[in-house]
Amino acid sequence: MRKSSLLVVTIAVTAALTLSACGSRGGKSDSGADNAGANNGNGGSTKVVIGIDAPISGSLSALGLGIRNSVELATKQANAKNYVPGVTFSIEAKDDQANPTTGKQNATALVDSKGVVGVVGPLNSSVSLTMQKVFDDAKLAQVSPANTSPDLSLGPDWGSGKFTRQYQSYFRTATTDVVQGKFAAQYLYNDAKKTKVYVIDDKKTYGAGLAAIFADEFKRLGGTVVGTDHINPGDKDFSAIATKVAGAGADSVYYGGEYPDAGPLSDQLKKGGAKVPLFGGDGIYDPEFVKLANGNGEGDLATSVGVPVEELDSAKEFVANYAAAGYKDPYAAYGGYSYDAAWSIIEAVKAAVEHNGGKVPSDLRTKVLTELGKVKFTGVTGPVAFDEYGDTTNKQLTVYSVQSGAWKKVKSGTYSG
Amino acid sequence: MHELPQNLANGLMLGLMYGLIAIGYTMVYGIVQLINFAHGEIFMIGGFGALTAYAALPHGTSLWLALPVMILGGVLASVLTATAAERFAYRPLRTAPRLAPLITAIGLSIALQQVVWAFYPGGKKALSFPQFAGDPIGLGSFHLQRNDLFLLVAAPLCMLVLAAFVRLTRTGRAMQATAQDPDTAKLMGIDTDRIIVVAFALGAAFAAVAAVAHGLRYGQVDFTMGFLAGLKAFTAAVLGGIGNIYGAMLGGLVLGVAESMATAYVQDVPGMHQLGGGAWANVWAFVLLIVVLLVRPQGLLGERVADRV
Repeated sequence: MRKSSLLVVTIAVTAALTLSACGSRGGKSDSGADNAGANNGNGGSTKVVIGIDAPISGSLSALGLGIRNSVELATKQANAKNYVPGVTFSIEAKDDQANPTTGKQNATALVDSKGVVGVVGPLNSSVSLTMQKVFDDAKLAQVSPANTSPDLSLGPDWGSGKFTRQYQSYFRTATTDVVQGKFAAQYLYNDAKKTKVYVIDDKKTYGAGLAAIFADEFKRLGGTVVGTDHINPGDKDFSAIATKVAGAGADSVYYGGEYPDAGPLSDQLKKGGAKVPLFGGDGIYDPEFVKLANGNGEGDLATSVGVPVEELDSAKEFVANYAAAGYKDPYAAYGGYSYDAAWSIIEAVKAAVEHNGGKVPSDLRTKVLTELGKVKFTGVTGPVAFDEYGDTTNKQLTVYSVQSGAWKKVKSGTYSG
Repeated sequence: MHELPQNLANGLMLGLMYGLIAIGYTMVYGIVQLINFAHGEIFMIGGFGALTAYAALPHGTSLWLALPVMILGGVLASVLTATAAERFAYRPLRTAPRLAPLITAIGLSIALQQVVWAFYPGGKKALSFPQFAGDPIGLGSFHLQRNDLFLLVAAPLCMLVLAAFVRLTRTGRAMQATAQDPDTAKLMGIDTDRIIVVAFALGAAFAAVAAVAHGLRYGQVDFTMGFLAGLKAFTAAVLGGIGNIYGAMLGGLVLGVAESMATAYVQDVPGMHQLGGGAWANVWAFVLLIVVLLVRPQGLLGERVADRV
C-alpha cells in the first residue's frame, strides 16, 4: 500500500513538473533547420538562420504567432526567389511568454546557436531590455518589430533631449512611444476634442513610458489630466478604479498597457458608470481587446505604428502570400513590421555576401551588423531604413476605433513634431 | 466622499467572492490541517466546467435557463477534481510529515493550471463567459451590475445552507467531531475518510459557485485566474480565523472592502500619492492581514487551539 501510494505521488509530482516546464520555458523551440555553421560553405548552399523571439504562447500569443509566421514567410520568399545566391534561409523561433527572464535565456541560446546571423524580436520592450546586452556582447544583430520604448535606443535621458545610442546591435522597425504618445495626445485634444483625461498604466516599461509621454503632451496642448492610477498586469477587478474615473468627471481615459488587461478594464469602466472612450497604444490594438471588452469596447481608440498593412500597395503581395501560406493565426498588428525586419536582415546578408566577392564571409554575424545600419529598401510598411540610433526612419501612425466589434481606421498621419 | 457607497458595494462584491472561495480553504484546514494550495485551481476549473456546460446547451438558450445547468457543470467539474485530488494526492500522504502534502498541493496547483492550458480548447487565451445583458441598476451615481446580483444572492444562500448543514445534519455534526479530534471521532464510529472527502467536495462546490459569479462579473475565465483569487481567499481565511466557516466569509468581506477602499482613498491622503491606487491595493490588503495577526494571531473569529501534532 505504502509503495503504491508513493508511486502515485511521484507520478503526480513528475507530471506537475514536466507540464510546468513545458509551459514556462522556451521548450517549444521550433527550429527551422539544424544549426549548421554559417561558414561551412563547402558545396551546395549555406544555411543561414534568422532567430525569432516572441511570446508564442501565453496571453500575448496572438501577436507573437503573427511575428513568428511573418518572419518564416520572409525566409520562404527569399529562398523561393534565390534572393541571396548560395544562401538558404531558415528560422529558429523561441518563446519568451512576455517574460524578461525567459527572454534573456532565449537570447543566450540564440547567441550560442551558430547559424543565427540576426534575430527578429521581441514583442515587449521589457523583454528587450534584458536581451540587448546579450546580443551586443555577441555582435549579433537584433531587429524588433514591435518595441516602442524610447529608452531602448535613445538611452534613459532622452526626456531631457540627451540621446545616446545604447547598443550598436539594436534596431527596430517600429516607431517609438515618443512619437506614438505625442501623436495620440494631439489626436485626442485636437481632433476628438477631449480635454479631461484620466491616465492609467500597468507600470511596465512600455505602458508606464507611453502613458507618461502622452500625459506630458496632453498637458502641453492645454488639456487636463484629472487623475492617474496604476494597475498590476493580471489583475481582474477594476471596479474601484471605474468608480474613481466616473467620479473624476473625465471625458476620456488613456491606458498605457496591453490588451489582456485593457479589454477587461474597458469593460468594467463602462459597467462602473464611466461611459467614456478608452484610448491606448499599439499594445491594445488587437482583435482580442474587442473580445475581452465584452461589447463595451465600442468607440474605444488606439494608435498603432505605421498605416494599415492592408491599405498599402507594397503590402498586397505580403497579405496574399500570408494567406496562401495557410497560417492558422493572423499576421496581427506586427506581421508587416516583422516581415520587414526579417527582410532587413536578409538584405544585410545579401550586402555582406556581395562585398565579399559573392562568397559567404566567415564572420557573417559582424558583417550583417555593419550592413544592417546601411540597409535601405521599400518594405511592406513603407520605406525601411534605420537612423543613427537604430530607430526606423518611418514615422507614420494611425488612429483606430472600435466600430461594430472591429478595429476601423480613423486617421493616418506622419508625425512631424 | 460621495462615492463611498459605490466603493463599499465594489468591495462587498469582491469580498463575497473571496469569502466563497475561502470556505474551501478553511473547511479542509479545519479537518485535516492541510492548506490546500490547489484550491485556487479547483475554483478555476469550476469556471471552465460552467463554460463547458453552457457550450453544450443548444445555441441561443436563455442565460436564465442555462444558469442552473452552468452551476451544475461547474460544481461537477470542481467536485470531481477536488475529490480525485484528495484520493490520489493527499490521502496517501495523510500520515506523512506536514510539509509533504503542502508541497504536493503546490505541485498539484501548477499541474492543474497546465492541464487546462494544454488541453482545454482555446484555453491558452482568456475565454468569454456569457453575461446578462442590460444596464446596471442605478440610483444616482450609485449602481449595481445585473451580473453581480447572482453573487449577491448566491453567496449568503450558500453560507446559510452550509451553516444549516454543519449544525443540523448527521454528517455535519460528524464533521465538527472530526475537526475537534479525529482519533476519538474514529473510535466513536465516524468514517473520517468519508468526512474528509465531504469537506473537500463542499469546498469545491462553493468554489464553483464563486467561479460562476467571477465569470458573470468579469465576463471571462482563463487558466491563471485561480492563482491570485486563491491567494486572496487564503488570506481571507487566515484573516477571519482559519478553521472557522463564518470567519472565512467575514475575512473575505473585510479583505474585499479594504482593497476597494485602498484603491479609492489612499491616494488622496497627503504625501501618500505614490502609495495608492489599484497597483497598491494588494499591498494594503496584506498590511491589514499583518496588523490583524499581530493583534489577534488566531484571526478575527478564530479560536485559540493547541497545535495538534
